[in-house]
Amino acid sequence: MAGADQQVSIELGHFALILAFAIASAAAVGGYLFWRSGQRIAMVLSQAAILQFVLVLVAFLALIQAFVTSDFSLLLAVNNSHSLKPLIYKISGVWGNHEGSMVLWISILVTFGAMVAAFGRRLPNDLLTLVLATQSLLTAAFAGFTIFTSNPFLRISPAPLEGNDLNPVLQDIGLAIHPPLLYAGYVGFSICFSFAIAALISGRIDQAWARWVRPWTMLSWVFLTLGIAMGSYWAYYELGWGGWWFWDPVENASFMPWLSGTALLHSALVMEKRNALKIWTVFLSIITFSLSLLGTFMVRSGILTSVHTFASDPTRGLVILTLLALVIGGAFFLFAMRASSLRQGGLFAPVSREGALILNNLFLATAVGAVLVGTLYPLLLDALVGTSISVGAPFFNLTFGALMAPLLLVLPFGPMLAWKRADIVAAAQRLMGAAALTLFVTILISALGGVSISLAPLGLLLGFWVAFGAIAELVDRSKLGRIPLGESLRRLVGLPRTAWSTAIAHFGLGVTVLGIVATTSWQTELVTTLNPGESAELSGYTVAFDSFGKQAGPNYMADEASFTITAPGGSTRQTMADRRVYVANGMPTTEAAIETYGFSQLYLQLGEPLDDTHVVRIWYKPYVTLIWLGALLMALAGVVSLTDRRVRVGAPRRAAKLAAGVAP
Amino acid sequence: MTAFRALRAAVLALGLLLSSGALAVSPDEVLPDPALEARARAISAGLRCLVCQNQSIDDSDADLARDLRLLVRERLVAGDSDEQVRQFLVDRYGEFVLLNPRLNDHTLVLWIAAPALLGGGLLTLFLVSRRRRTATPAPLSAEEQAALDELR
Repeated sequence: MAGADQQVSIELGHFALILAFAIASAAAVGGYLFWRSGQRIAMVLSQAAILQFVLVLVAFLALIQAFVTSDFSLLLAVNNSHSLKPLIYKISGVWGNHEGSMVLWISILVTFGAMVAAFGRRLPNDLLTLVLATQSLLTAAFAGFTIFTSNPFLRISPAPLEGNDLNPVLQDIGLAIHPPLLYAGYVGFSICFSFAIAALISGRIDQAWARWVRPWTMLSWVFLTLGIAMGSYWAYYELGWGGWWFWDPVENASFMPWLSGTALLHSALVMEKRNALKIWTVFLSIITFSLSLLGTFMVRSGILTSVHTFASDPTRGLVILTLLALVIGGAFFLFAMRASSLRQGGLFAPVSREGALILNNLFLATAVGAVLVGTLYPLLLDALVGTSISVGAPFFNLTFGALMAPLLLVLPFGPMLAWKRADIVAAAQRLMGAAALTLFVTILISALGGVSISLAPLGLLLGFWVAFGAIAELVDRSKLGRIPLGESLRRLVGLPRTAWSTAIAHFGLGVTVLGIVATTSWQTELVTTLNPGESAELSGYTVAFDSFGKQAGPNYMADEASFTITAPGGSTRQTMADRRVYVANGMPTTEAAIETYGFSQLYLQLGEPLDDTHVVRIWYKPYVTLIWLGALLMALAGVVSLTDRRVRVGAPRRAAKLAAGVAP
Repeated sequence: MTAFRALRAAVLALGLLLSSGALAVSPDEVLPDPALEARARAISAGLRCLVCQNQSIDDSDADLARDLRLLVRERLVAGDSDEQVRQFLVDRYGEFVLLNPRLNDHTLVLWIAAPALLGGGLLTLFLVSRRRRTATPAPLSAEEQAALDELR
């Protein structure tokens, strides 16, 4: 009676989600009412957090099981699965739709909550209680939203024999991994939000607070960085014309929390080291998670396609908008009431590490504002005035670029400046080597590569400057060249992980900038018609069209072209590009041929047939992979920082113990 | 069943976005004069494909995008300036067709938002730092004083 067992498990999952909702609601109310009651209430909230985690996990696994076993008594599985799908896409199908993705969202939320409960035993009781109460409130809100407006556990009787969805376009490893990564980033920022709320209510905000918040911010930031980079590469290879960032509202929705989270990482650093910027850090914690919520709302409510689609089915959108208004509005109300009670911390001169980090925050926050305004402006204008305008890539490139250029210019100075009061001249002297190298390399490349876009040298200058500046910091701190090499290497190895992390992250940023500049400025493109036997040449690469054939895939018909690429060095490679039409829905897709040479790529796309020949589009994208390699370096830097003894979760406890042991 | 319909719409929208992956400019559209063609490409990159989601006509393979590309080239060959070509399209399709909105009554707030934010931020920083310089650090709380005494 396997069928009966499955049905039990679906209802068990349904029940578990409802129970999680009830427990979360109770925990939130209890936590806010009795947060002063010390250890007992903290214990209760911790247990409630772990219980929520277990229950939501049961609900999530029940959905996965229904999809994997193709249990079509579940309406969600009927709409989003098919018995012939490969296993991995059956699983990813769970979150490839609105209802399931909400369950994934809540699963990650309770996972983070349970992690705080598990690692947070040594947090002050009142802080722990308030953090977990806020997490529970969020869980209750979103579980309630899911259960009442988008219940994934709805059943259908009689159960159909087969599911409806075999959409091959959505069967992609990118779509399987991208949402969980992105959500882990989004939702992770809820911890910063909960800590901010707890700080505002309890009035307890100090360096220990910042030390607690930073690892969670870093963890979420790493996930979000990877999620965004993956989404970008997926668009690049899948959409078929080699674009990697479109300033699409969906992309902006994930980019804004990233920018704001980056600002938060830097301001929390100031707070941790110098006990300054408290109010601002709390504000950023709230803003960052609010932007994550806004992103979820924009993607989930359908408001992006048009204000009018949103209005045609407004229930769900309105509920989530109300939730958003309550959570964000409540947080800012609390902030307005309590922020002035937070005491200001350490003083510092304008020219100092603190000053540099404030400048970083100013530019990043302004960039968030610019992207937010650009994303929402057309929606608001349409809703309020009824005028349709487009705000597209050219607008964002201009405003965002104009804000990032000065930030990149001053970035290498930051790590060179001392806390409290710094000597700008000394910092500049230590950057002389990097500056000279940057100028030399930029002039060399501009002279050799030819400058097609007038801004290219400026972009190169900034990219090299940031990358070399990061290396200069390591060189400086290891006294390379000023003391014996062996001693220098020992110093380099002995540097704190956070110093390495800073250098790697900034170097990665420089690498990404270089990739963007190189691809944008020196990309070459050839659109031509070819017949088998003919060949074309682009940037030294010869592309020979060998043969053309029709192939039947498992669920599609393909026009398949094979090419031989001869690189400038003389080496040859075989490659294929397809145009596919899927049988199930008649949807055409293109599978580009992408060949990587060093950091550069040759991107081939087979176009539609024209008369009796074939349209072939060839791009040479110099150093394009640097864009994503830089992002990977940034994520790596985050991981390195998390392994630092001083940042690691639980470290403050040991530090406190140590201090307690030494003090008397 | 509204959930059902919304879901189907979402999948369709996603499908539309994905399927429009095939590419733009065909060889038969390309102008013989490279300078003119380069101008056409630059203009095309700033014009919205009206039936697509957030794509320029240079990136889209929709029929409408192709028509617009041909139209842009037609106007250029006829001797229009870049601005005249854009105006021609705006007259036909409205401001919506421009991916980079022009400055006018409706877009004033959009264009001054970023500079205003930056300026406001700088001003706040300046005022705060001036107030800071004259402020004295807050005295230790009783708790902190006790901790300090203990260390002594």
